Amino acid sequence: MIPRRKKRLAWVISLIVGVAASVALILFALTKNIDLFYTPSEMLEGKGSQKVRPEVGQRLRVGGMVVEGSVQRNPETLEVSFRVTDTGPEVTVLYTGILPDLFREGQGIVAQGVLIEPTVLKATEVLAKHDEEYMPPELAEAMKGIQHVNPNRPDYTGSQPQQSQPKKPGTNP
Amino acid sequence: MWKWLHPYAKGEAAFRLLGLWQPWLAGLAVILVTVGVVWGLAYAPADYQQGDSYRIIFIHVPSAMFAMGAYTGLAITAFIVLVWQIRTAEWAIAAIAPVGAVLTFISLFTGAVWGKPMWGTWWEWDARLTSQLILFFLYVGVLALYYAFNDARTGAKAASILALVGVVNVPIIHFSVYWWNSLHQGATVTRFGETLMPASMKYPLYISILGFMLLTAALIVYRLRNEILKQELHRPWALAQLGVEKHHGV
Repeated sequence: MIPRRKKRLAWVISLIVGVAASVALILFALTKNIDLFYTPSEMLEGKGSQKVRPEVGQRLRVGGMVVEGSVQRNPETLEVSFRVTDTGPEVTVLYTGILPDLFREGQGIVAQGVLIEPTVLKATEVLAKHDEEYMPPELAEAMKGIQHVNPNRPDYTGSQPQQSQPKKPGTNP
Repeated sequence: MWKWLHPYAKGEAAFRLLGLWQPWLAGLAVILVTVGVVWGLAYAPADYQQGDSYRIIFIHVPSAMFAMGAYTGLAITAFIVLVWQIRTAEWAIAAIAPVGAVLTFISLFTGAVWGKPMWGTWWEWDARLTSQLILFFLYVGVLALYYAFNDARTGAKAASILALVGVVNVPIIHFSVYWWNSLHQGATVTRFGETLMPASMKYPLYISILGFMLLTAALIVYRLRNEILKQELHRPWALAQLGVEKHHGV
């Protein structure tokens, strides 16, 4: 290679290495800020190496699985409360509004809101997560033995007996 | 290898070689995209959780993959531009960037359309979504820089530096869902040795991915040939290609 080219090659490679290293350091320093949400364990035990725990009154997102049988609805209003968990600790979420179609017991969700007690979040937004597995319903039943229950269904028999819950049309295709 | 590759740095040779590939790439791309997308949208079974809404995956995943794939190609081209200063590579920057930008836009748009019914939001400042948006801005920035200078070669060099610096974003997009807690789920396709999809969904997705790969390549080939022709228009071979005799005073 001619020396001029060799010099350019060295410049370009040092540019790439320099940028990659600085971006890696920035992302490493920002790790806990890039996370979209706290998991319930992180909320109770603290997050990262410094074990930072969120304070009451802080705006945050919490993400976890909806605990089976924890969904409680107020039959008169759109108020709903449920607990989310990951590996043990549970956090209660209070929410008023329409839940996304994928919201089910056992489903992963992300709730955004204000912490009103160390383990109670008053949510302004509830988002449903889904995983990277896709399969037809028959296969899901045969393989996993799980039948996902939608609490919006009229035949839903969760913790609270179904009262005159107004059924939203179009939620169960 | 260099001896074999070197003649194609010349516009005319590259134009002819790409001309040989072009019909095959374009033909196969049209067939595979049609088969993959129609199979996925109309015949594949519905998902156990998401019903029919998941079907947008047959467009969302391939476009997102080759938005990143095209960027990797753009960065390699930028590397060649900066080190070897080959003019054909400079033109390739202008050929690749708009195709990649459109693919990135499609992935963001289909993602938003999918996110609204499933997650409950069009947009969330999630690591994966944000890094993909940055990819879109990188493409736009590369294009803006490319055309920002009166001297085309200066523009190509400036655009190449940005393209090369931006390549750190590509692994960040891919690993964002593993490094951080995110709303976006992990990868379905690139995890080896695990079945995250039954064959009835996997095959149309794979066909669609292959089709989008060839479509991306075909569009880049079309654009690059066009660009070569435009830049070499003062040369006799280019005029002959257009069926124009070079007269004095034209």
